Amino acid sequence: MDIHEYQAKEILSRFGVECPPGALAYSPEQAAYRSRELGGEAWVVKAQIHAGGRARAGGVKRCASDTEIQAACEAMFGAKIVTHQTGPEGKGIYRVYVESAVEIAREIYVGLVLDRSSQRIMIVCSGNGGMEIEEIAAERPDSLIRATVEPAVGLQDFQCREIAFALGLDPAVVQPFARTLQGCYRAFRDLDATMVEINPMVLTGDGRVLALDAKMTFDDNALFRRPQIAELRDKSQEDPRECRATDRGLSYVGLGGSIGCIVNGAGLAMATMDTIKLAGGEPANFLDIGGGATPERVAKAFRLVMSDSGVQAVLVNVFAGINRCDWVAEGVVQALTGSPVAVPVVVRLAGTNVKEGQRILARSGLPVIRAATLNEAAERVVGAWRRDRAGRGGPGAAA
Amino acid sequence: MSIFLDGDSRVVIQGITGRMARFHTRAMIDYGTLVVGGVVPGKGGETVEGVPVFDTVKQAVAATGADASAVFVPPPFAADSIMEAADGGIRYCVCITDGIPAQDMITVKRYMYRFPKERRMILTGPNCAGTISPGKAMLGIMPGHIYLPGTVGIVGRSGTLGYEVAAQLKELDLGVSTSVGIGGDPINGSSFRDVLAHFEADAETGAVCMIGEIGGPQEAEAAEYVRTSMTKPVIAYVAGLTAPRGRTMGHAGAIISAFGESASEKVEILGRAGVTVADHPAAIGETIARTLGA
Repeated sequence: MDIHEYQAKEILSRFGVECPPGALAYSPEQAAYRSRELGGEAWVVKAQIHAGGRARAGGVKRCASDTEIQAACEAMFGAKIVTHQTGPEGKGIYRVYVESAVEIAREIYVGLVLDRSSQRIMIVCSGNGGMEIEEIAAERPDSLIRATVEPAVGLQDFQCREIAFALGLDPAVVQPFARTLQGCYRAFRDLDATMVEINPMVLTGDGRVLALDAKMTFDDNALFRRPQIAELRDKSQEDPRECRATDRGLSYVGLGGSIGCIVNGAGLAMATMDTIKLAGGEPANFLDIGGGATPERVAKAFRLVMSDSGVQAVLVNVFAGINRCDWVAEGVVQALTGSPVAVPVVVRLAGTNVKEGQRILARSGLPVIRAATLNEAAERVVGAWRRDRAGRGGPGAAA
Repeated sequence: MSIFLDGDSRVVIQGITGRMARFHTRAMIDYGTLVVGGVVPGKGGETVEGVPVFDTVKQAVAATGADASAVFVPPPFAADSIMEAADGGIRYCVCITDGIPAQDMITVKRYMYRFPKERRMILTGPNCAGTISPGKAMLGIMPGHIYLPGTVGIVGRSGTLGYEVAAQLKELDLGVSTSVGIGGDPINGSSFRDVLAHFEADAETGAVCMIGEIGGPQEAEAAEYVRTSMTKPVIAYVAGLTAPRGRTMGHAGAIISAFGESASEKVEILGRAGVTVADHPAAIGETIARTLGA
């Protein structure tokens, strides 16, 4: 789960990470008022969205007056920002953060991640702060300094010092830098984060170390024990269908194609998408109905997939181990009887209770196309989709 | 032989009193697995599916000689149960539970390394379908009847895609020595490389099928191992050709976040290491058959 910059800064401050003074605003007027509260002569207005790369997309504006702040906010509120991390649909701006501007002497990249090779928390730093980590990794890989944290004892001060000296920091700021890293680490560990990124962390002329930007991502599997973090979820930053899926215990990712997929298991779901693509179709979504899916859950999954107006055919592919084919078949029948769909539906069932599942489908009298294997399923759904499109004279007809 | 699990493995089920655990304990017993007990704190003395329940793993091991376990304990308590198994003398543990916090798994792995190698438990999972040595024993939630006994080792992240491969093999009359699920989580007990090393050493395994997916470095690490240390043929498939970058695809670990983590990059890395990569998910069985025939 992602949170906003202002929320991450609030959290990190509690762990001893120093941030420039700032305040949240929900309107241009409030933003101007916030700047007067903060005082000073220059401020930075920052769009709060769950994605990096804001600055280049017009989501960060330096302002020196009320009017400038108002104007910057007028342009931001309600607008959508598209960056390399948002996808083409972008993310809407509904909150801005107003922060006192800071005189920057040096910018440093600081990231903490779950490193899958060492299977530990890893700290990654670079003297090329302000650049995106992907760019640093591609263009200045030699500038990356890494340290892994021994889980039994936690991050040690000598590791922070090693990083500081490797970055060539002035000995006077090594201590505050180490304190900042320790704060990030403790926040990561104590709150079950999967990523903490401060980019840039800045050194000011007067020897302070400040988090100018902050990003935190949390482990969804640990939210049950971090209720205060779970509360920070901002649904306006999520795809509404994915959001609805999460609330129903389904795992869904919209992909923009025309063939809806309902599958059990993440690996098989991806393989099903791949097979559709290889058969000449485009998958509309990733959807894992999980283990032990009841007819009701399958019916919900069906409605969820059909709520995407781009869906022109549906493939249900279930290889039941922990699942039951008869329940899946009942779910399909329930969904199609409740609200008939005008697109072709192909169902492939295998594994536990497959015969019973097939009988339920056959008995229902619904126009469901059945398939025995993965390949057959993909070819039938793409074939049916093409014929259906040809019948309507729509896109795909010529394919 | 087979790896991790055979007909002599003495199995305890941790969390045996849960609904799912009960159901699958029954299936494991029916398959012929030597299930000797269960562990649920506070339920010691009860009997579930005909086997005795103990309060602790140590008690279960002392009373039954158990050497393998399957963890069905809910996510908040699962890591603790794995560590209890490691400390209690279990040699091989499968963790089925999905949804364990990643930092709990970091703790588990660190804890397991406290033990000298000869006493260190092997863990596969979490978030996996388990392990089956067809015809001998099953430790997990898979439908046992889709696996024929044979010589192909299977190791994969995804449970259901593993079933798909087993079914394709069965269709071609090919059997499996052992099928191991390493699970879909970013921090897992055993990697592809770890399991490949066991298959390489197993006399009964003639070839290995590796079912990977997007995300993480473990397929690339396995490729390096195949290149330098494996004599047996390895056939692979990598799911997620159509998966977009930066999005989590169901499995907590299935997210393309760095170079080398997309399906096409992994296919290339594996191919360069001498792995035969199936280009179509429906053709994994045929590719294995072709490799064995060649």
